[in-house]
Amino acid sequence: MVSATVDQGVRTADGVPLKIKLQRAERARKLKAIALVLPLFLFIVITFAVPIGVMLFNAIYDPSIARLMPKTSAVLAEWDGQDLPPEAAFAAVVEDMKQAQIEKTPVAAIGKRLNYEIPGIRSKIIATGRQVAKLEGTGPFKEALIEINPMWGERETWNVIKRSSASYTDFYLLNALDYRYNADNHIQHRPANQAVFQDIFIRTIEISVMVTLATLLLGFPVAYLLATLPPKTSNLLMIMVLLPFWTSLLVRTTAWVVLLQTQGVVNDTLIWLGILDDRVQLIFNRIGTIVAMTHIQLPFTLLPIFSVMKTIPTTHVRAARSLGAGQFYAFWRVYFPQTVPGIAAGCLLTFILSLGYYITPALVGGPKDQMISYFVALYTNREVNWGMASALGAVLLAATLVLYFVYNKLVGVDRMKFG
Amino acid sequence: MRFKILGTSSLVLAGLTALALAAEKPALAADSLTIVSWGGAYQTSQREAFFKPFAKETGVQITEEEYTGELAKVRAQVETGTISWNVVDLTTRSALAACAEGLIEPIDWAKLGLDPANFIGGDLQECGVPNIVYSTVLAYDADRLKEGPTKIEDIFDLEKFPGKRSLQKDPFGNLEWALIADGVPAADIYKVLATEEGIDRAFKKLDTIKSQVVWWEAGAQPPQLLADGEVVMASGWNGRFYDAVKNEGKNFVIVWDRQVLDWDWWAIPKGSDKVDLAYQFIAFASRADTMADQTNYITYGPANMDSESKISSEIMAQLPTSAENMTTAIAPDIQFWADNADQLTQRFTAWLAQ
Repeated sequence: MVSATVDQGVRTADGVPLKIKLQRAERARKLKAIALVLPLFLFIVITFAVPIGVMLFNAIYDPSIARLMPKTSAVLAEWDGQDLPPEAAFAAVVEDMKQAQIEKTPVAAIGKRLNYEIPGIRSKIIATGRQVAKLEGTGPFKEALIEINPMWGERETWNVIKRSSASYTDFYLLNALDYRYNADNHIQHRPANQAVFQDIFIRTIEISVMVTLATLLLGFPVAYLLATLPPKTSNLLMIMVLLPFWTSLLVRTTAWVVLLQTQGVVNDTLIWLGILDDRVQLIFNRIGTIVAMTHIQLPFTLLPIFSVMKTIPTTHVRAARSLGAGQFYAFWRVYFPQTVPGIAAGCLLTFILSLGYYITPALVGGPKDQMISYFVALYTNREVNWGMASALGAVLLAATLVLYFVYNKLVGVDRMKFG
Repeated sequence: MRFKILGTSSLVLAGLTALALAAEKPALAADSLTIVSWGGAYQTSQREAFFKPFAKETGVQITEEEYTGELAKVRAQVETGTISWNVVDLTTRSALAACAEGLIEPIDWAKLGLDPANFIGGDLQECGVPNIVYSTVLAYDADRLKEGPTKIEDIFDLEKFPGKRSLQKDPFGNLEWALIADGVPAADIYKVLATEEGIDRAFKKLDTIKSQVVWWEAGAQPPQLLADGEVVMASGWNGRFYDAVKNEGKNFVIVWDRQVLDWDWWAIPKGSDKVDLAYQFIAFASRADTMADQTNYITYGPANMDSESKISSEIMAQLPTSAENMTTAIAPDIQFWADNADQLTQRFTAWLAQ
């Protein structure tokens, strides 16, 4: 730069050293740049970074038991987890539940949280809440509680309450990975008939990879055609590529049901042409899922590849040909490497968007095609178990970041180009 | 002088009018109520039977909104203290969950001026007033199947009824039907399901037809699957099948045997500043005559038992709550499901993926 070649002592016309003057000019430019970037930066922080941060926090932070059973939590913090807790813990449960009735916070909320760990405990807690209201005096309450429900005489119940009373919990994350605490407070794998999420995570990634590859295989030749045809024809074809892009996702998914079902258009045609003797199952299985998702994702892969191809001068291939390369060799060694940044961008876009699908697999997929977002939506909306929804989201985010890292190592994200 | 007096008094009058208007304004604003339901034909029936007549009778302006059961939206409103939904139509499970989370008001039946004993399911939970009783039933297309299924066991009879069948992708209802088909008396279903062996038994029965089941997710799917001939029989919500018969001329036959009943509930989000008005609306929409009127638009059973005498016999025959259809109906144990839905859904999902 200029300053490197100029002597320290050089001053401008008004006597200020050039270096300071330059710095001032730079600072003004920087401020301007920051001012320009600031709105977008704030927008991203407020609408993207903060919600994701809160979501991740929800996965490990659940103060519900500590808040609803403050006395019990305090007593159990001292308890070593062996045998049954002391009388004070029983008295604290009674006090907490009575307090809950006074404050009109539903005892059911305690039951709901504990029910995640011990199925069926919810109604026992609610029943206990009702009975406790009738208990009088100052105790001892141990016998009384065990009489109300024998579960109060079981160490596991108390262990679960103790574990849940910590505001920071690993329960949701463990559950999202099919692990749980057993009665002895050790982490163990869930039994096979309860373990679902590992499979679903793997399946989600599997389907996304398959859809990405399918869009690449179908999209690359089309993009090549569009890039090489004269604008008049290519514009028309481009509209055909974009047309489904402007149709609602649900409409397109339903259209595939009509096409692919056993009594549907595709089967009818194949039978009529004599290619098939028996109707084949093309929907409510993996085939249907991949076909419908590929259709929806195709423009996302195709467009970045197309716009990168548009920038490749046609002279390159011609030069290679004139130097003696065969048609394929010239394409493969000269043209194709220049499209890689577009392929990288398109594939990454499609892969990451595919990870979030749930309506399409639900409507055209079979029971083995459900993807993880379905469960995130289920826990968020229907079960109002936001801890679990957040934990699943967090695991998906972590898995995506790992894959992105690997992808970066293999392809190099800095080489990626959208056009 | 005279003029002045007149002038003063007219000024005073104008001032008083302005004051009165100012005082009246918030009252006017309070006289509107936002009610949220499920849209479609169901919300249309509510509009005709409840919203419009209520607005006419009381002058309250009703703003309708639609949702698809996202309790998350209620939770977000309650947690941020910005309640814009005053009355919400909830499913049984949502109502129980929302009640446990303290998101909706416990119902004071005395304030409604109603007796829960008069309502089917009125005593089942604290935070909701039952509005309709709908059911999951089995149905088939008589144009395609001359001799259709007549009882729930037929779902599991692959010899007599070969081909695909469609069931809801949810353990609810399916586990009950599996046990019935496996010979468990209806009265013992939930006793059996409460044990590990009982759950195994239900899944084992479902195993026998697993390869032949198309699982549905959205309520619109079963009638469509039947109409397209994709499946020979399908479970679904009774109103949806009836709608296809009435409006699309389909020849669907509903098998009422072992229909699984369920409810929809009116609930009031906690912290709403229009609780009294919400109560007034719910009381109106729970009257025997308004509930009976709803059946003119959709074939779901009114929860108010006094409605029955006001419904024509043709419509009555289509309702889940008619005496004839109720003979073998399964009234689900909603406390059992609240306790075990998490565990059973997880297990059901694992089973599907096997």
